[in-house]
Amino acid sequence: MRWLRRNLVVIFGLGTLAYMILPNVVVTVFSFNNPAGRFNYAWQEFSLDAWKDPCGVADLCGSLSLSLQIAVWATIGATVLGTAIAFAMVRYRFRARGAVNSLIFLPMAMPEIVMAASLLALFLNMGIQLGFWTILIAHIMFCLSFVVAAVKARVLSMDPRLEEAARDLYAGPVQTFVRVTLPIAAPGIAAGALLSFALSFDDFIITNFNSGNTVTFPMFVWGSAQRGTPVQINVIGTAMFVIAVLVVLVGQMVGNRRKKAQPN
Amino acid sequence: MTATAAPPEVEAPTEPPVHKPSVRKRLIPYWLLLPGILWLLVFFVLPMVYQASTSVQTGSLEEGFEVTWHFQTYWDALTEYYPQFLRSLAYAGTATVLCLLLGYPLAYLIAFRAGRWRNLLLVLVIAPFFTSFLIRTLAWKTILADGGPVVAVLNKIGFLDVTSWLGITQGDRVLATPLAVVCGLTYNFLPFMILPLYTSLERIDTRLHEAAGDLYAHPATTFRKVTFPLSMPGVVSGTLLTFIPASGDYVNAELLGSTDTRMIGNVIQSQYLRILDYPTAAALSFILMAIVLIMVTIYIRRAGTEDLV
Repeated sequence: MRWLRRNLVVIFGLGTLAYMILPNVVVTVFSFNNPAGRFNYAWQEFSLDAWKDPCGVADLCGSLSLSLQIAVWATIGATVLGTAIAFAMVRYRFRARGAVNSLIFLPMAMPEIVMAASLLALFLNMGIQLGFWTILIAHIMFCLSFVVAAVKARVLSMDPRLEEAARDLYAGPVQTFVRVTLPIAAPGIAAGALLSFALSFDDFIITNFNSGNTVTFPMFVWGSAQRGTPVQINVIGTAMFVIAVLVVLVGQMVGNRRKKAQPN
Repeated sequence: MTATAAPPEVEAPTEPPVHKPSVRKRLIPYWLLLPGILWLLVFFVLPMVYQASTSVQTGSLEEGFEVTWHFQTYWDALTEYYPQFLRSLAYAGTATVLCLLLGYPLAYLIAFRAGRWRNLLLVLVIAPFFTSFLIRTLAWKTILADGGPVVAVLNKIGFLDVTSWLGITQGDRVLATPLAVVCGLTYNFLPFMILPLYTSLERIDTRLHEAAGDLYAHPATTFRKVTFPLSMPGVVSGTLLTFIPASGDYVNAELLGSTDTRMIGNVIQSQYLRILDYPTAAALSFILMAIVLIMVTIYIRRAGTEDLV
């Protein structure tokens, strides 16, 4: 009884974790299913067919590659624009700072559907063809604020004396930036970029409004919920999960080894 | 140090040219800001203006829309769709509370009790993110399926009798009821609650816990008087990060719910993309924005942490 009371938080915490992981387990298990109808909602029998042929469904891999392309470009765009803003905000005092701050905060404090709908209103009014470019524009817009937040947090915790020291050692402004500032800010920039990539790749609401007839991967999944869900969707979902876990674990192992290699 | 801080007149001739505060140098922040801010002005602010103008237009898709300052649209939208507004706020509010109740123990566990398992647990919190959230939401259809093991167990222990009595499930079904939608919302936004909670819990000096123990505080008292107040920034940003997106969500209500569980997001989506009644859709979207902004402002004021961002 006492043990139970002392470990209550552990039990509840692990319960929450189970709740969070359960759908991933189901996705993985059902990637080995051989469904009876068009929908992959009930277990029938074990099959490896979907794993052998992940692109066997029309448009699935096309939508996947389109989503990847958009995510890459959106990440590059948002990271460049966002990092510049973050540096300007932390390192310089200028007029309209408060206004700029709220302009950057607002996209994060608004339900996504409001932004999605307003962008559609703009594109409709201007007669712009919906498709790849409108999706990309929208994704850069909503990823921007998250990059600014991530980079700002990192640059704020950075010791400005390091840059002064570089200057005292006769480093030019470009040299100081490339050799000192950028390496220190890099983890923040990387976090912002990673977040952008994940947000853009997984975005549904804004894409749903501004994609026209273009089908990204989330749009494909959405459509399949009405027309029939191929098992291949579960295969790709499982693969994404496994790849993500592996990347993070390898990254941590490399980080640990580096930490151990450094004396102190 | 920034260039603008130095007075421009008193310049020592020996000073290297880098430190010369020139007009060019003073413009640097503006050049850094220009592209990104321009992007936000053109693709965030301008769209809002367009949507505002759309909301006071009248007309039809065939004849074209015209700005007629028809504010009646707002009133009509509000009176026709207030059940969906209320439902959205109720669902999002419930999901937020559930996220806090479920997320706090896990964040606490990772921050204080996990030891060498900490990194693994963090990976397990973040990793589900990488499977498309739509795929995971569809998985809930399988989990909550009629006659599935989860529903059978809930039925057996009498849980569904209670929830049916409360009106959040129907008979021995969970799918297509409010319970399923709230369950999906809670699931979808849990990481947005756990990560800020973890960040603020992790910053707490554990010696404060020891000090409270030395002063004969009961663990519950320590939690109530020390841990929880210090984790308030995480609680505030976690609830905001959960409530705001949940209030505008239509994916969970569409995939896990029925026509009786439609949220305001579903209405806006179908007005914009299916019915093509742009003025009503724009008005609804503005009303939602206003409600959320007002609620968030009041909440932040009362929670007393204005230096959140």
